[in-house]
Amino acid sequence: MTEWIEILVSVLLIIGGTFIVIGSFGLAKLPDFYTRLHAPTKATTLGIGSVLMASMVVHTINDGSVSIHEVVISLFLFITAPISAHMLSKAALHRRVEHLQSSLSSHNRDKAARQLPGDAELDADAD
Amino acid sequence: MLELAMKITAGMVLVAMALNVWRLLLGPSIPDRILALDTLYINSIALIILLGIYNLSALYYEGALLIAMLGFVSTAALCKYLLRGDIIE
Amino acid sequence: MIRRIFPMPVHSLLLWLVWLLLNDFSAGHIVLGGLLAWGIALVASPFTSAQTKVVRPLLIPVYFAVLLWDILISNLDVARRVMGPNRSLRPGFVALPLDITGDFPQTALASTISLTPGTVSVDLSSDRRWLYIHVLHLDDEAELIASIKQGYERRLREIFAC
Repeated sequence: MTEWIEILVSVLLIIGGTFIVIGSFGLAKLPDFYTRLHAPTKATTLGIGSVLMASMVVHTINDGSVSIHEVVISLFLFITAPISAHMLSKAALHRRVEHLQSSLSSHNRDKAARQLPGDAELDADAD
Repeated sequence: MLELAMKITAGMVLVAMALNVWRLLLGPSIPDRILALDTLYINSIALIILLGIYNLSALYYEGALLIAMLGFVSTAALCKYLLRGDIIE
Repeated sequence: MIRRIFPMPVHSLLLWLVWLLLNDFSAGHIVLGGLLAWGIALVASPFTSAQTKVVRPLLIPVYFAVLLWDILISNLDVARRVMGPNRSLRPGFVALPLDITGDFPQTALASTISLTPGTVSVDLSSDRRWLYIHVLHLDDEAELIASIKQGYERRLREIFAC
C-alpha cells in the first residue's frame, strides 16, 4: 500500500468517524424528538458512506480487483434512512410525543397528526 | 498512520455508541428509544466495516449487510407496532 | 407476449445487478443471477400495482447528482446547527402543498426531503395534497417551500411527467 492510499483512507475514516460522532451527539443533545430525528438520519448515513468508501479503497488495493460490494450497503442505507425516519415521525405523531414549546407553526403538527389538508381549519375543541 | 487513523475512528464510533445507549436508556418517549436503537445498529455497521479493514478481510462485509437489513426491518416493525398495535395486519 | 415472459424487465435487471454486486462477475453467477432475476420477477409480478411511468430517464442521473451535492451541503449545515447551542435553534412544522401525484413520485419527493438540508418529511395528508415537513431551523417558510418546489419537485415532475 503506497503512502498516498494510506493518507486517503485515513482521511476518509476520520471524516466518517467525525460525522458518526456528530450524529450521535445530536441524538443525545437536541431538545425534542422531532429535532433529534434530524441528526442520525443525515450525519450518520454520510459517516457510514465515508467509512464504506475507505473500506472499498482498502479491499480494492488488497485484492487487486475492484471491490464494489460496499456500494450495495451505502445505497441500501441511503434508501432506508428516510423511510425509517418517516415511520418514526409517524409513530411519534400518533403517540403525540411532545414537541419543543418554541417550535414555529406547531398548528401544522396537529393537522399532520390527523392527516388533514394544509388549508383546513383546525377547531380547538376537537379531542 | 492508517493504524492510528483506524484506532481514532474506532474510538469515535465507540463514543457515538455510548451516546446512543445513553439516549436508549433515558428515553423519554418510546420513539426516542427506537431512534436510538436505529442509530446504534447503523454505528455497529461502521464498527464491523472497520474490523474488516483492520483484518484485511472481506468476510465481515456479509455481517454488515445482514445487520443493515435486519436493523431496518426491525425499526419498521417496531414503528408499525406503535402505530397499529399490530405488525402483520 | 414478451410481457408474459419478462413481466418486470427493469426489476429483473436491478435484481440481476445486485446479485452480481453481492457475489462476483464470474460466469456461474451471471447465469444463476439471471435465472433468479427472471424467476422472481415471474412469481412476484401478480402482486405489483401499476406505477407512474418514467418518461425522461436521462434526467435521473442529473437528479441524483443534484441530490448528492445537496446531501453533502446538508450534512455540513446540520452538523453546524447540532454543535451550536440549543436555544439558537428555531424548529418548526411546515405544510408543503404538493403538485406532484402518484405513489412513487411522492415517495421519491418525501425521501429526498428527508435526506436534504435540515428537513424531515413527517406525514402526508389523507387527500395526498399536502406534505408535512419538520424543519430543524426555520428562517423563511415561503422561501423553503419555493426552494423545494423549484429544486426537487420540478425535476421529479419532468422525469415522471405528472
